[in-house]
Amino acid sequence: MGRHFFPPTTDHRPPTTEMRHTISILLANEAGELSRVVGLFSARGYNIETISVGKTILPNFSRCTIVTEGDEKTVDQIIKQCSRLARVREVKAVTTLPHIEREMGLVDVNAKTPTERQDILNIVDIFRAKVVDMSHDKMILEISGNKDKVDTMIELLKPFGVNETARTGCVAINRLSPFEPIENNRD
Amino acid sequence: MEVQNMKTATETYSKPIAFESQNIQPQVAPRGAEVLVRALIKNGVDTIFGLPGGAVLHIYDEIWRYRDQVTHYLVRHEQGAVHAAEGYAKATGKVGVALVTSGPGATNAVTGIADAFLDSVPLVVITGQVPSPLIGTDAFQEVDTFGITLPVVKHSYLVKDVNYLEAIVDEAFHLAQSGKPGPVVIDVPKDITAHLCENPKKLHEDFLFEEKEKNLDESTIEKICEKFLSAKQPIFYIGGGVVTADASAEMLQLAEKLQIPVTPTLMGLGGFPSAHDLCLGMLGMHGTYASNMAVAESDLLIAIGVRFDDRVTGKLATFAPNAEVIHIDIAASNIGKIRKPQIPLQADAKTALLAILKKLETYEFDSMTAKRGEWWHRINNWRNSVPLSCEYSENEIKPQQVIEELHRVTNGDAIVVTDVGQHQMWAAQFYPLKRSRQWLTSGGLGTMGFGLPAAMGAALGCPKDLVVAVVGDGGFQMTNQEIITAIQYKIPLKVIIMNNGYLGMVRQWQEMFYDRAYSEVDLSISPDFVKLAEAYGALGLRATKPGELREVLEAGLNNDKVAIIDVVVSKEENVFPIVPAGGNSRDMILK
Ligand SMILES: Cc1ncc(C[n+]2csc(CCOP(=O)(O)OP(=O)(O)O)c2C)c(N)n1
Repeated sequence: MGRHFFPPTTDHRPPTTEMRHTISILLANEAGELSRVVGLFSARGYNIETISVGKTILPNFSRCTIVTEGDEKTVDQIIKQCSRLARVREVKAVTTLPHIEREMGLVDVNAKTPTERQDILNIVDIFRAKVVDMSHDKMILEISGNKDKVDTMIELLKPFGVNETARTGCVAINRLSPFEPIENNRD
Repeated sequence: MEVQNMKTATETYSKPIAFESQNIQPQVAPRGAEVLVRALIKNGVDTIFGLPGGAVLHIYDEIWRYRDQVTHYLVRHEQGAVHAAEGYAKATGKVGVALVTSGPGATNAVTGIADAFLDSVPLVVITGQVPSPLIGTDAFQEVDTFGITLPVVKHSYLVKDVNYLEAIVDEAFHLAQSGKPGPVVIDVPKDITAHLCENPKKLHEDFLFEEKEKNLDESTIEKICEKFLSAKQPIFYIGGGVVTADASAEMLQLAEKLQIPVTPTLMGLGGFPSAHDLCLGMLGMHGTYASNMAVAESDLLIAIGVRFDDRVTGKLATFAPNAEVIHIDIAASNIGKIRKPQIPLQADAKTALLAILKKLETYEFDSMTAKRGEWWHRINNWRNSVPLSCEYSENEIKPQQVIEELHRVTNGDAIVVTDVGQHQMWAAQFYPLKRSRQWLTSGGLGTMGFGLPAAMGAALGCPKDLVVAVVGDGGFQMTNQEIITAIQYKIPLKVIIMNNGYLGMVRQWQEMFYDRAYSEVDLSISPDFVKLAEAYGALGLRATKPGELREVLEAGLNNDKVAIIDVVVSKEENVFPIVPAGGNSRDMILK
């Protein structure tokens, strides 16, 4: 018979097991419902790293994908409270199962000389990104992939001078097969 | 547009209509306000607490027209309306209803809504809102009620189309009382109440998925039963969930069958008869020595309808440190939130207890008392060594004594409603309860000012019962304006003020943990409560000496009048036992 020790609720030290969580929520596409979900995070002082919402094949329902950092227990609690909301139909901690995560980024980067342009095109090629706009001295690139991939490409572009980025935040879906692929989240 | 609608409304309803409700012919297309009031009546509402204002004028016009089907009680402050609705709901088990205007009406109601949220009280609160076209313009008396109440409601609506109004009211009543009950807010813009409802619609059918009658997992029930039989030092720790689910009969049956001791939380009081041999009294910060010791020493903690509140557990690491935990709760979010149970079971208390009782029939077991003789021996030692007690005095009334006397005078049958503070703990300790819904208190939010209006609501809901509010001189002054409401409607409100001239509970903490620095707790400058009562037209009585106590209580309680009984008690009495916040139950201070 084990003893179970948990930090007391009065303990205000930051929780120790901080971890990145992706939560996928199916909720009614109605005014205010998203606020309820977001409120569960803000009430605990949890920052939402990314949030994205879109329609689903169910009329009147949206899927909201939230990425947050926090200790496992608190996130578990948020998930349970979230599923108690009247207009929430399903809540999944995507991170606990094999899944695919994607986000899209648009990057406005300097490309002043032909060499620079060529170097950037090489990067675009390697990352299977796209050039979506171009001027005499700049390019706009579109990249999609998991967070790391988008991060890495933006990092590689920085020496050229990145003027602006816009990222969608993460969307996620569970894999069809229950097995974790060898290379997680590969394209 | 607003003006036009109002005109239509007045024209349609211009007065020469016979007022017998049977004769009120629904218009071909009734206006929103009428749809709302009819929907309330349809959902069984006959009692509303509220206070009108610009945004709810149409609704109040309909309340007037339907006044013989639904009685509106005009409070003097919206906080009072919501607490009264809570008292009504807690005492009857029905949904309480409050109606307030936009802006300040809604903000005044927020405290009550939050209180209902934390104590899972089924409420429907209707708030007026500025006309839809003005929303978001900082219009007169506009606040974002939906936003302000968002974190403290079970669900809420901003009505945008009159055609959905009835469906929203229906759903609100369903949500307020299903599963883990709670407050539901319906924010209704003024223009919606004037719009004619020509094409009533249903809400999207997928929005509400009925929680299906779940069959409880057989193997879990079996595991629970086996634990019951094998445990040597088990204890039931029961909370508001047992009261809410009306599961006290099953609880009693199970505890008696197994001869397992029971300790209720502050919210669980009444869920198990206090005077029963198996009942050890309340646990937690101001719980009994026996309860806290038994929990600390238990090897099996059966938690039913509780949430391991920090006022119960103190320091978590030392709360039932050697026990395996079975946690039964209707809300998955409560299970494992604070303490991870070995056996979790998500179900309402009644369903779970019935299933367990049924399963137990298939077991053969000898008298449990014999098997747990050693455990009971220890428990009885704890009980006898430190019973709840107080030192009486000849010239001062002791607060504990007031409750004991109240118990005697009322034969233990009164519905006891408390405010928040020391008197609340003494009432919890010294008034043995017989049944569920006999104990109404603000546990989760700890709202001073709850007691008086809640007692008023309870008295309306249970006209056959004697309802007594026990309040402090501090909390009394937060909502005493509702005395006049009770006078107006001849509600037999009985209030006992435990007058210690202090914000007593805070003073106690300052005495015990802040070197007696009594910072801002002195209430010795107070109104004369007897004269105040008389100014309201109520019966005002005072007891200052122990010898007078009984007589004064009887004089105040044995009639139908509104009575305010000012009992002057010893000023610096402390609530014992006390486990300091975040402490270990073995650090319990007994005297
Ligand atoms: C609205 C509100 N404000 C402040 C508190 C903090 N508080 C808790 S108990 C208490 C003292 C209550 O004093 P009184 O009503 O005289 O009751 P007593 O403790 O003396 O019985 C206070 C101020 C509270 N619970 N609620």
